[in-house]
Amino acid sequence: MLDAYAGPVEKGANAIRQGIETLPTPKFPEAVGYAFLGCYILLAVVTLTIALLRRRNPARGFNELRLRVRSFWFIVILATLALGFARWFSIFCIAFISFVAFKEYLSLIPTRRADHRVLFWAYVAIPVQYLLAGSGWYGLFIIFIPVFWFLALPMRMVLIGETRGFLRAVGLLQFGLMTCVFSLSHMAYLLALPEAGNPQGGGVALLFYLVFLTQFNDVAQYVAGRLIGRRKVTPSVHPGKTAEGLLGGVAVTIALAVLLAPWLTPLSVYDALGAGLLIGFGGFLGDVIITAIKRDLGVSEGDSLTVGHGGILGRVDSLTFTAPAFFHFVYFLHY
Amino acid sequence: MPPFLRALCRWAFVILVAWPICLVVLGMNVRHRNRLPRAGPAIVTPNHNSHLDTLAMLTLFPWRQIPKVRPVAAADYFLKTGLLGWFSLNFVGIIPIRRKRGADNADPLAECYAALARGEILIIFPEGTRGEPERMQELKSGVAVLASKFPQVPVVPIFMHGLGRAMPRGAFVPVPFFVDVYVGQAMVWNQDSAGGDKRAFMAALETNMRILGEKHERPEFD
Repeated sequence: MLDAYAGPVEKGANAIRQGIETLPTPKFPEAVGYAFLGCYILLAVVTLTIALLRRRNPARGFNELRLRVRSFWFIVILATLALGFARWFSIFCIAFISFVAFKEYLSLIPTRRADHRVLFWAYVAIPVQYLLAGSGWYGLFIIFIPVFWFLALPMRMVLIGETRGFLRAVGLLQFGLMTCVFSLSHMAYLLALPEAGNPQGGGVALLFYLVFLTQFNDVAQYVAGRLIGRRKVTPSVHPGKTAEGLLGGVAVTIALAVLLAPWLTPLSVYDALGAGLLIGFGGFLGDVIITAIKRDLGVSEGDSLTVGHGGILGRVDSLTFTAPAFFHFVYFLHY
Repeated sequence: MPPFLRALCRWAFVILVAWPICLVVLGMNVRHRNRLPRAGPAIVTPNHNSHLDTLAMLTLFPWRQIPKVRPVAAADYFLKTGLLGWFSLNFVGIIPIRRKRGADNADPLAECYAALARGEILIIFPEGTRGEPERMQELKSGVAVLASKFPQVPVVPIFMHGLGRAMPRGAFVPVPFFVDVYVGQAMVWNQDSAGGDKRAFMAALETNMRILGEKHERPEFD
């Protein structure tokens, strides 16, 4: 009788194996090469400018700025390494980012001792989700966490039998899995998209476009806020965010999205306008939502869990929104 | 086992087991790392929640020091079976002590005196046992005995949080959590024992460990 099931199981295993074997060639697209070169030139110019400013004005150390620029150097170098080798390695790197973000989330929230095993099973979702993303099995990738694990985790939890704080525990866990794993895994799925959908450089170029614009949007909103910011948009959550900063940042992001689109994406001018709008506002929302969560949990920005580098959740907060938003935008239009 | 082979075993254990588990799977946030003793003899006294505590402590020291860092552990637990005992002695590098005095009435801390005399760094969990996860228990007085015999040796209190969540007593698979480690200021017998009182010294140590633990506002754990 079990033989009846051998077919589907084999079919599933084959789908994953074939998906991984047919991952787009690890050839680094020329467009992305130039894009990275552009990043390095941009950083070099900024670094030199700061050095000159320091010489002119030694009293001001520009320490915060220097630290930010230095962390961007690290990010760009790590991104080059993550994307420069085999495609499965890139997917592994994104999975690892998901893992660290989820770990940081779990360390911040209260958990019940009874749920030790449930937490283990929640972690199991990470390799599975990224295997599905990497193999390009869209149907299962898109429902695995929101349907299967959504049902499986409360099942495991109820078998343990502790009812005190049940809803709170299961809700907190699901939210973490959705933001840190499901949302971020859309970046990995970009890499498994068929090469033909984007003649400008396939999924790698799309991933670069998404991450670069998201990071640039963060900086643009910060700078615009510092220069012309007056009216607060989210006074109770993040007093530093202003309407002028938000709109100014989004405007710069849209401009850049339209400018870069012909080099890196299959998007038309109007599509790129939409993508810029999504990334601009999405990045803002992701940032503010993670800030709200940290406030709720009583973690201040300074006293982050990971000493020294501000925590990975704070680094990927914008991407938890922009990754799925941009993915489905492109997927709907071109795949 | 010759000393160099034992050192190799200890490096292998720390680099292949302790580092991947504590630095990659878990992740350590160490506050005031510079307060750790640079060289032996010294005693570090962390709180005890999980088997992972020893691994976490071993990752705090630079790799050169590892052969000289010795966790003090209960003989009745770790030397129960031959294989576990052999592994604990040679790879983890434990100094086994008997929690109860035997019939021969030998001093259970004799091996600790010898280790301190050789200039080694002892890891002693003054709570004596893991107990309830993330709850500190009353301290045993062994540290004070050692400190009184070696009044020059610094005693460094340490508070760790998160390992009891990652692998509480009774669990066999660790679940990843970030671990917070707070290193306190070194204590010395002559200054902290109120003129040679062991109980006063232990009380001061307990207070110092509690203060370290209270610095961190951590999520409730029920």
